[in-house]
Amino acid sequence: MTTSTIDKKTLYAYLDEIKDPEVPVLSIIDLGIVRDIVMHGEEIEIIITPTYTGCPAMDMIAMHIRMMLATLGFKKQKVTTVLSPAWTTDWMSEDGKRKLKEYGIAPPNPRQQVCDDKLFAAAESVQCPLCNSYHTHRISEFGSTACKALYQCDDCKEPFDYFKCH
Amino acid sequence: MNNDLINYTLHLADNSLILGQRNSEWCGHGPILEQDIAITNISLDLIGQARNFYQYAASLKADGSTEDSLAYLKTEREYKNCLLVEQPNGDWAQTILRQFLFSNYQYLLYQQLQSHKDDQLAAIAEKSLKEVTYHLRWSSEWVIRLGDGTEESHNRMLKAIDELWRYTGELFMPADYEKESGIELTVIKDGWNKKVNIVFDDATLIPPSGGGGAFMQSGGKQGKHTEHLGYILTELQYMQRAYPGCEW
Ligand SMILES: [Zn+2]
Repeated sequence: MTTSTIDKKTLYAYLDEIKDPEVPVLSIIDLGIVRDIVMHGEEIEIIITPTYTGCPAMDMIAMHIRMMLATLGFKKQKVTTVLSPAWTTDWMSEDGKRKLKEYGIAPPNPRQQVCDDKLFAAAESVQCPLCNSYHTHRISEFGSTACKALYQCDDCKEPFDYFKCH
Repeated sequence: MNNDLINYTLHLADNSLILGQRNSEWCGHGPILEQDIAITNISLDLIGQARNFYQYAASLKADGSTEDSLAYLKTEREYKNCLLVEQPNGDWAQTILRQFLFSNYQYLLYQQLQSHKDDQLAAIAEKSLKEVTYHLRWSSEWVIRLGDGTEESHNRMLKAIDELWRYTGELFMPADYEKESGIELTVIKDGWNKKVNIVFDDATLIPPSGGGGAFMQSGGKQGKHTEHLGYILTELQYMQRAYPGCEW
């Protein structure tokens, strides 16, 4: 395949097949980290942005994109990382938020609540992805990956990950 | 190429790398699981920042340097991190205080840096600022928890202040390559002191009276380090020195 025989819409559909290795229900399109697809003559460039600065999944995601392009037959390709404007959870698609919840991870709240430097602020009110109760509490603001915090439901008692607003 | 810009970028990178390396020593040794995870998450953020700065420095140098060679293959004198970040972890109080003193500085620094005339430095700062906000909030809360905790935790905080305070002056003494950076260290210093006073007050701690009295160590920004950096590098660089070019 070459840049003249494929359109962006088809390419986005292919990119939607690439999953976040740490949250495998989310594709990189759901996450909102693909910023653009640019064709330079025969060369194709995919522009991505990291979720968190130190996210170790980014290298693997870039590799998966390159492998996908190679499989499609692109001989000249590159993946470029841009930092600005910085990614926020607002870039995540509604579809992505639904998939997260079904997977058992509470999706980011629609509005940032405690992303400032105020001390001992009340923890964000987060809905339990299993029983939908808002009667939950934060166990730790740092979780198994940079993007998550750890919560527990006070009704069904289940501990769960919260994809924290960022 | 502009040497000051390269050196300044390397200084920013080294600060983040060395503190990230220090914090990572807690991995598996944190006082409780959640805080072990917290400190290693902070470590990951810092190493991520360092990567961005090293990649940028490598592109500016354009001499075949890579982010890896700049992180792993420099000699001790070539590291430009401030002395504060290389100080040993000590106990949890000392690690917490070091993080608070540094995050307080980094938060104010990145706020200025995000509107820097150099687009890439500005982008890295903008990207990192939210993470640093977490670091500052988390470490401030812990300073208060320990300072205003038990007699034991309070005394440990006092000891940590005694150990680390002398390394804070350097943060506000510009190195030659920093002078043209456009960053106003006096503004940062004012904001930094204000925050220290607020947090220490809640923590029932008193900052040592600066008033020209407290002696401040310096030299890290110019490559003159405390003995501790050598030990850090021994561990940090071991794999690349023993198996040059190894990847996994
Ligand atoms: Zn529940």
